[in-house]
Amino acid sequence: MTTLKILPLGESALVCEGGASATSATLATQRRVWHLAALARNWPDVREVVPGMNNLTLLFDPLATDIEMLAERLRDAWQTPPAAGEVGRDIEIPVHYGGEHGPDLAEVARHARLQPKTVVQRHAAPEYIVYFLGFQPGFAYLGGLDESIATPRRAEPRLAVPAGSVGIGGKQTGIYPLDSPGGWQIIGHAASVLFDPAASPPALLAPGDRVRFTIASLDL
Amino acid sequence: MIDIQRAGLLTTVQDLGRTRQREFGVASGGALDPLACVVANRLVGNDLSAATLEITMGSCVLRFTSATLVSLTGADCHADLDGKAVWSWWRFPVARGQTLTLRPARFGMRTYLAVAGGIDVPETLGSRSTDLTAGFGGFEGRALHDGDRIPIGHPGSAARNVQPLGVRPPLWLSDPLAHRVRVLPGPEYDDFTAATHKRFWEDPWQVTPNSNRMGYRLSGPEPLARKKNRLHDLLSHGVVPGVIQIPPSGQPIILLADAQTTGGYPKIGTVITADLWRLGQARLGSTLYFSECTAAEAREALREQLRYLEQVERALAWHDRGILRAPKLTAISRLRA
Repeated sequence: MTTLKILPLGESALVCEGGASATSATLATQRRVWHLAALARNWPDVREVVPGMNNLTLLFDPLATDIEMLAERLRDAWQTPPAAGEVGRDIEIPVHYGGEHGPDLAEVARHARLQPKTVVQRHAAPEYIVYFLGFQPGFAYLGGLDESIATPRRAEPRLAVPAGSVGIGGKQTGIYPLDSPGGWQIIGHAASVLFDPAASPPALLAPGDRVRFTIASLDL
Repeated sequence: MIDIQRAGLLTTVQDLGRTRQREFGVASGGALDPLACVVANRLVGNDLSAATLEITMGSCVLRFTSATLVSLTGADCHADLDGKAVWSWWRFPVARGQTLTLRPARFGMRTYLAVAGGIDVPETLGSRSTDLTAGFGGFEGRALHDGDRIPIGHPGSAARNVQPLGVRPPLWLSDPLAHRVRVLPGPEYDDFTAATHKRFWEDPWQVTPNSNRMGYRLSGPEPLARKKNRLHDLLSHGVVPGVIQIPPSGQPIILLADAQTTGGYPKIGTVITADLWRLGQARLGSTLYFSECTAAEAREALREQLRYLEQVERALAWHDRGILRAPKLTAISRLRA
């Protein structure tokens, strides 16, 4: 088991790195990160928890917190393995692939040397895991993309990508929750609302959720 | 209501921002000079968390459709009310139909206008702050336009018959074009060479025009290079306002209140919480210098800021003989970490 590396981020946050490597992530480590986040969220001096990729950032009141004791508590909690059993929910997200909703599907197919239909089948086949939310409100970092359809980001990012766009960027896939600029290869569009500031919680997806994309339509 | 006759460069509704929303990818947001925002609120008898207008670089004309009590703090825009000068870091009554004119800011970048009862927009995710990037909160999730009519709360009875009054502003730097901010070395500090460290602490860093409420992009004499031992970007980490990232260009980016919640660039340092307001008042084109400090010094700086706010509270309470509610300052660290 790896030890927890704890580093200060300013005077009011700590970054805890759980993985053996700073550049590659594992699901086993991420499960421990979720577990640590769930424990630390309830500690009275912890103001916020922010899971990252194989790491966890904690925000606290620097005038009311003994940082050494907090670090000690984190190390202890890291030794406690998460209880058996899955966390998270199963969530299906119907996607309209190709056509005007997926302007880069042909490019992904060309890069992968596959038929567009095969790209879509391989994108909709796996069970993806939500590692954490970041980058923009409700944006989920998903693990589980079939590496055969990994495609580099576009050379020229688009100035406006509509909310709901489903894209591939390198070895990652994800859904843009909001209209925003973006450099990912857009292969489809999800009708689900990924982020609603009036909802509680505001994000559709949460760390630990299992996501399946279903083919709502395919326009080649 | 406030009729926005001229909205200026960038005027938004801001309070002290959002907490416990980062794990959903939602930025903290809130006033870039939380100290000025708090004092503006306390001057008119509001809670710390009431919403204010954050006015960037002045040049703003506002008309009040009802009588209220108003305060201006932060950057001084030599404002006048129907032609009669009003001061910064002061409160003053406004009669129905009066017009407040703010000219271009002389020093600093952001002015806070508080009204008794607060700017009355609905709360979104626990705050009235405008998230410009995501387009929610504040007034219709956007910056104010000419012609907008902004609802304001009712001034409490305590706000009536209150005399104009000013408070001592926090210490402003004498040179408005150069700011020194204190920095704690970041988690990836040791990824940089000793020569790079020296340049980071000694070089002048200019705030480029390509800066906004998400972050300041800086430009320095020479880019900051990393040691060659890291070939890939880091895995994404949580980030907080004040974090100084070094992207591949080698030119630092300081994250501010509207920054995204996670990032993968190496973090060479973090501006201490007590100096975030100085960043918020640093103009585009001005120069930043970084001073290394310790966590103990950062906490002491925060305590010093709290003492300043307590002095303000005491002065107001004494002046109003209990008309304003007793101070309820928790910690200024509540002003966003």
